[in-house]
Amino acid sequence: MSVGEISAELSGRRGAFELDVAFTTPMRGVTALFGPSGCGKTTVLRCIAGLDPLRGRLQVGETVWQDTARGIFQQPHTREIGYVFQEASLFDHLSVGDNLMFGRRRAEKRNGRSKTESLSSDEVIDLLGLEPLLDRDPYGLSGGERQRVAVGRALLSYPKVLLMDEPLSALDRRAKEEILPYFDALHQRLDIPILYVSHDPTEVARLADQIVLMGNGRIIATGPVSEVFERLDLGPATGRFEAGAVVSARVREHMAEDSLTRLCILADTSDGLRETGQFLSLPSVNAAVGEDLRLRIRARDVALATRRPEGLSIRNVLSGHLTEIVEDPGTAFAETLVDIGGARLRARITRAAVRELRLQTGDPVFALVKTISFDGRAIGAGGGLEPAAWRTRGPNE
Amino acid sequence: MDLAELWSPIALTLQLAAVTTVLLLVVSAPIAWWLARSEAWWKEAVAAIVAMPLVLPPTVLGFYLLLALGPDGPGGAIAGLFGGRTLAFTFEGLVIGSVIYSLPFVVQPIRNSFEAIGDRPLEVAATLRASPWDTFWNVAIPLARPGFLTGAVLGFAHTIGEFGVILMIGGSIPGETKVLSIAIYDYVETLRWQEAHILSAGMVVFAFLVILTTALIDRRSRSRRR
Repeated sequence: MSVGEISAELSGRRGAFELDVAFTTPMRGVTALFGPSGCGKTTVLRCIAGLDPLRGRLQVGETVWQDTARGIFQQPHTREIGYVFQEASLFDHLSVGDNLMFGRRRAEKRNGRSKTESLSSDEVIDLLGLEPLLDRDPYGLSGGERQRVAVGRALLSYPKVLLMDEPLSALDRRAKEEILPYFDALHQRLDIPILYVSHDPTEVARLADQIVLMGNGRIIATGPVSEVFERLDLGPATGRFEAGAVVSARVREHMAEDSLTRLCILADTSDGLRETGQFLSLPSVNAAVGEDLRLRIRARDVALATRRPEGLSIRNVLSGHLTEIVEDPGTAFAETLVDIGGARLRARITRAAVRELRLQTGDPVFALVKTISFDGRAIGAGGGLEPAAWRTRGPNE
Repeated sequence: MDLAELWSPIALTLQLAAVTTVLLLVVSAPIAWWLARSEAWWKEAVAAIVAMPLVLPPTVLGFYLLLALGPDGPGGAIAGLFGGRTLAFTFEGLVIGSVIYSLPFVVQPIRNSFEAIGDRPLEVAATLRASPWDTFWNVAIPLARPGFLTGAVLGFAHTIGEFGVILMIGGSIPGETKVLSIAIYDYVETLRWQEAHILSAGMVVFAFLVILTTALIDRRSRSRRR
């Protein structure tokens, strides 16, 4: 394996549940451990931290944390990790400031100041907006504030890798929307890898670069987020209801009169993002003209037509061709993949429609996307009808 | 009425209770930690042994302690190292007896507090580079503070109220083993009611304050935890 990778091979049994996973992921960016509840993703994360022992091998960069065959098992407190639990789990007997410094002081005592230090404490405090909280007790903090302190505390301990176990799942919608922009900022600013456990596809689409898709104690697929999400055969694992595609788009113009923003869809090619010449409009997005955004479009919000429809309220009509049709036996539905000049959309239509329209792979089709159907949950604070838009990062950031 | 004669057992009792309480906290912390964290199947047997003074008549406990502390027991052997013959009928013997007698009153609240912490704060500490020893001192003990407070108050109070065990292993040597409860007993035996009244009424007030204090500690820790 290469030095710039995290590699894990873990297996074992917890009661009736059997876990057997092996994956590698790069030492940068956000890797989501994604799958339904109870699939073992938290167990994998806890094993990486050394909190739950399973048999196997675990290597992070050059350091071997565990190798059962050679009898190596590093105790959790000697592993250079930051761990963010579902609940913030702040130490109630310490102030916010002392909570933040708890791991940092010990890491400095153990290793001296880390040479690979990426962020100063001031930067972390600044990045997470913790300055006003420093002198307070954990009691008085809101859920979102507590979780921000927990993230800061983990980051300040000079981790080589940040492990996050559904850090948003204990928060209500408001708190989530309050904290997500901070996570975006972290993602852009950090140069350590993050392993992020989640069962929420919206969160994963927004935050992750790579995905390790798990189901029932096994790895189902790994790869870049957009690739894994658009693979039709993974429907049951990625969550059929929430199935969708992640599409990049560039802001073209703001149409103030209609409160709409026009975006050009981008295709992800080997030489970077390329404009496809197809446009989407959505309710005003708070982003500058020329900026690139990521959109998540759910399969159930896309309809297909064989001719360009007229007299329709839907404003987003994209032309492309069908690249894949997977009928789902025993149900009314079929999953399809549509190529829009290099970008890909998923559409969930009925099997009856496939038959009546005589749809076949390669057919030219028009994909109809309802303007208001963009997933409102993924954008920052604001109304429910706002689109799911967020900034994309360049490949090297 | 001789004030010095009244004060002597009070001072001795306070001294005994203070020394006993400090020792109890030191001894109870590791026992309570082990009882709270261990997964050994036989830990409840150990817990039962610790709790036995709750059930045993003090005279039974005192009888065995007398044998153990006496010249032919391990206590006598230890006393021999320091030039003595026995630990029975000495202040040191009273301290040992009191520690054993009050152990359950200190171990139980501390164990409860350790158990209430749960695994999570300890796991968090481990992920923040704290060794198990570091975690015990800087996370577990501070978080179990209410348990230590309750344990200290109960241990102190229970030692002050001790009678049967002390009668068995200490007798009634003024200034050495004649504690409050023994003094009251002696006064009543010799029909000195006034002295018995003063000491007894003092104990009533003291008992009330102790119970009130533990209740207040308990309430405060609960409201902080919310």
